[in-house]
Amino acid sequence: MPSAIRVEGLAKAYGPVRAVDGVSFEVPEGHVFAFLGPNGAGKTTTVEILEGLRNRSAGTVEVLGLDPWKDGAKLHQRIGVIPQEFRFFEKIHPREAIEYYARLFATPADPIAILKRVYLEEKADAKFDTLSGGQKQKLGLALSLVNDPKVLFLDEPTTGLDPQARRGIWEVIRSLKADGRTVFLTTHYLEEASLLADDVAIIHHGKIIARGPPETIVAAHGRPDRLRFEAGPEVARYLASHIPFAVTAENHHVEVELREKEDALKVLAALQESRLPWERFSVVRDTLEDVFVRLVGRMDDGVIKSEAA
Amino acid sequence: MKLFRVAADLPIVARQYTRNPIGLFFSLVFPIILIGLFGLIFSGSATTAVDLPTLLLDHSNSTTAFLDALNATGLVKLNFVGPMDPSQFGHYLFNAEDPVGLLIPQGFGASITAHSAVNLTVYTDPGNPSSSGLVEAAVNSAVTQLNFRAAHAMPIIGVDSLTVTSRSFAYIDYLIPGLIGFSILTSPMFSMVELVSTYRKEGFFRQLSLTPLTRAEWLTSRVVWYILLTFLSAAVMLLVGIFGFGAHVTLSLGMLPFLMVGPFLFVSLGMLAGSVSRSPESAAVIGNIITFPMMFLSGTFFPTTGFPPLLQEFAKVLPLYYVIDGLNSVMLFNSPTRALLDFAVVFVIALAIFLAAIVTFKWREE
Repeated sequence: MPSAIRVEGLAKAYGPVRAVDGVSFEVPEGHVFAFLGPNGAGKTTTVEILEGLRNRSAGTVEVLGLDPWKDGAKLHQRIGVIPQEFRFFEKIHPREAIEYYARLFATPADPIAILKRVYLEEKADAKFDTLSGGQKQKLGLALSLVNDPKVLFLDEPTTGLDPQARRGIWEVIRSLKADGRTVFLTTHYLEEASLLADDVAIIHHGKIIARGPPETIVAAHGRPDRLRFEAGPEVARYLASHIPFAVTAENHHVEVELREKEDALKVLAALQESRLPWERFSVVRDTLEDVFVRLVGRMDDGVIKSEAA
Repeated sequence: MKLFRVAADLPIVARQYTRNPIGLFFSLVFPIILIGLFGLIFSGSATTAVDLPTLLLDHSNSTTAFLDALNATGLVKLNFVGPMDPSQFGHYLFNAEDPVGLLIPQGFGASITAHSAVNLTVYTDPGNPSSSGLVEAAVNSAVTQLNFRAAHAMPIIGVDSLTVTSRSFAYIDYLIPGLIGFSILTSPMFSMVELVSTYRKEGFFRQLSLTPLTRAEWLTSRVVWYILLTFLSAAVMLLVGIFGFGAHVTLSLGMLPFLMVGPFLFVSLGMLAGSVSRSPESAAVIGNIITFPMMFLSGTFFPTTGFPPLLQEFAKVLPLYYVIDGLNSVMLFNSPTRALLDFAVVFVIALAIFLAAIVTFKWREE
C-alpha cells in the first residue's frame, strides 16, 4: 500500500531545545495513525510540520507526495485539519461556516449533509459561541471535511471533552476510516489510540520510543499476563516458596506472572494446597496505558535512550 | 488575489460585525452623538450675543447715543439691572452666572457735554476670555464712536471685513468633514488592532492559512467592508449635520475617493499595528499611540489653521490630516487641485502600509 505520509529524520529545534529529534515513520493510505505522547513531547510540533504550518530544521517530510512547507497551498487543497482547541468566529453559525469554506475551496458542499456526518445538524443555525466544547470540535471536523480531503490531521480532537462527546468524535473518526481516508491523530488518551488506531507511535522528549499496532506494542513492551487474586501477604510468601513464578503482593492483592496460560492451573493448584484464604481471581493484561506509563517512566529514568520499537 | 474569495470572506466579516452591537455603535451611533455634542457646544456661542448686565445711573441723550452705538455692534445684549449702589455692583456680578458687566456712572452725559473726561467701568472675567473679549471690543467700539463725535472728527481709516474664502463658514460646516475623518480613522483602528492580535492569539490565522484564502484577500475584504461602513456613516452624519444643524457643505462626488482611500489606509494601519505587537494588550497601547494624536490634531474637531505654528507643522505628518484636508477641499472650498494632491498623498501612504502589513504579517511560523 502506498504511503500517505512519509517522515524521515525529522528534527525541529527552538534555539537549544530539540522539540523533535530525529523522528521517522510512514503512514499507509487508509490507516488511522495515532501519535501518542505526554504534554510537551513534540506531538503538536510534528503535526504542524506535517500540515505545513511550521518549517522543519532537518529531515524529509512528504504528505501525499508533497513537501508541506514548500507546497503548502497545493497540499491544503487535499488535506483536512483540526488544530488543537479548534476555534471559529464566535458569531458565525455552523451552516455559514461550511458555506464559507466551500466558497474558499471553490467546491460544492451541502452544509446539512456535512453537519449530519458529524451529528451537528441540529445546531446548524446556532452561533459558534453558544456551542458546547464537543459541538465546537465537531464543527472543526465538519470544516476539515469540506474539501473532501484524502488525509486528515486531528490534533488532540477530544482533549477536554466529556466522555460522551469523546465517543461522538470517535464515531466520526471511524466513519472517516471507513471512507478510506488516512487519519493522523495526536492524543494523550491511550484508550483513544487503542480503540481507533491501526498504528501507534509513542513520542517522548522529541523521540519515538515505541511504534507499531497497539497490540504489538503491548506484546513487545508489556509485562506478561498476571493471575491476580485477593489474598494476604502470607499467601504471597507461600506461593513464592512453592511455585517458580514471580509473585508480587500489594494492598491485599497478589499477582503471579504467567509465562504461558497453563501456568494459571499450577498457581490455582498451589493455592488449593496452601489451604490459606483467598478470593476472586482474574487475569490481568497490560494495556497500552500501562506500557506507555512504563516506557515514558523508564525513559525519564534514563533506562532507555531512544527508539525501542 | 482572487476576487471570489474576497467575496466569500465579506459576508463573514459583515456578520461578525453586525452581530456585535458594540462595533455598530462605534461606527454609526457614536459619530452622530459627536456631531450633536460638538454642534450644540460650538454653534451656540458663536452666534449669540453676550448677555451684558448693565448698571445705568445716568439718563441723558449722550447715554442713549452710547447705548445705541453699543447695541449696533451686535456683540452684546444689554441687560439692565435694578438700581443699586455702584460699590455693590462688583459683588452682584461675582455671584452672577456670567460675570461680565458695565457701569455707566451718574453724570456721564453731563461730563460729555462739558467736554470733561469721564470713565465707564467694564467688568471682565479672566476665566471666561471669549465673553470678556467680546464685551471689551463692543464697549471700546462704542466709546471710540462717541469720542469722535465729541471731537467733531471723522474716522479716516475704516475696515472692510471679508473672509478669504468665497463664503464664510460656520463651525458645524467644518465639523462635518472633520467628524467623517474622525470616524474613518477610529472605526477601523479601534477594532482592527485588537482583532488582529486576538485572532492571532486564538489561532484563527493559522486556521485560515489552511484554506486557500490569502492574507491580501483577507485584508482586502476588511477594507471593502470598512469602505461600505464609511459610506453609511458618512451619509448618516451628512443627514444629521445638514438637517439637524443646518450645515452648509457641498455634496460632491469628489468625497467618494476619500471615503474609500481613508478606510484602505486605516484598515491596513490597524492590521500592521496589530501584527507587530506581541499581545492584545500591547496592541491596544500601540493602537492608541497611533490613533490619539491623529484623532485630535488632524483637523477633526477644529481646523488646524487655529493651531500654534509648531502643531500645524506636526499635523502635516499625520495621514488623517490629508484625508480631512481633502474632504474640506471638496466639501467646503471647492478646490479640486488641492483635493487631488491630498488624495495622492493618502493613496501612496495607504498602498505602502497595505503592502507592509501583508509582508509583516505571517500566518505560519518558521
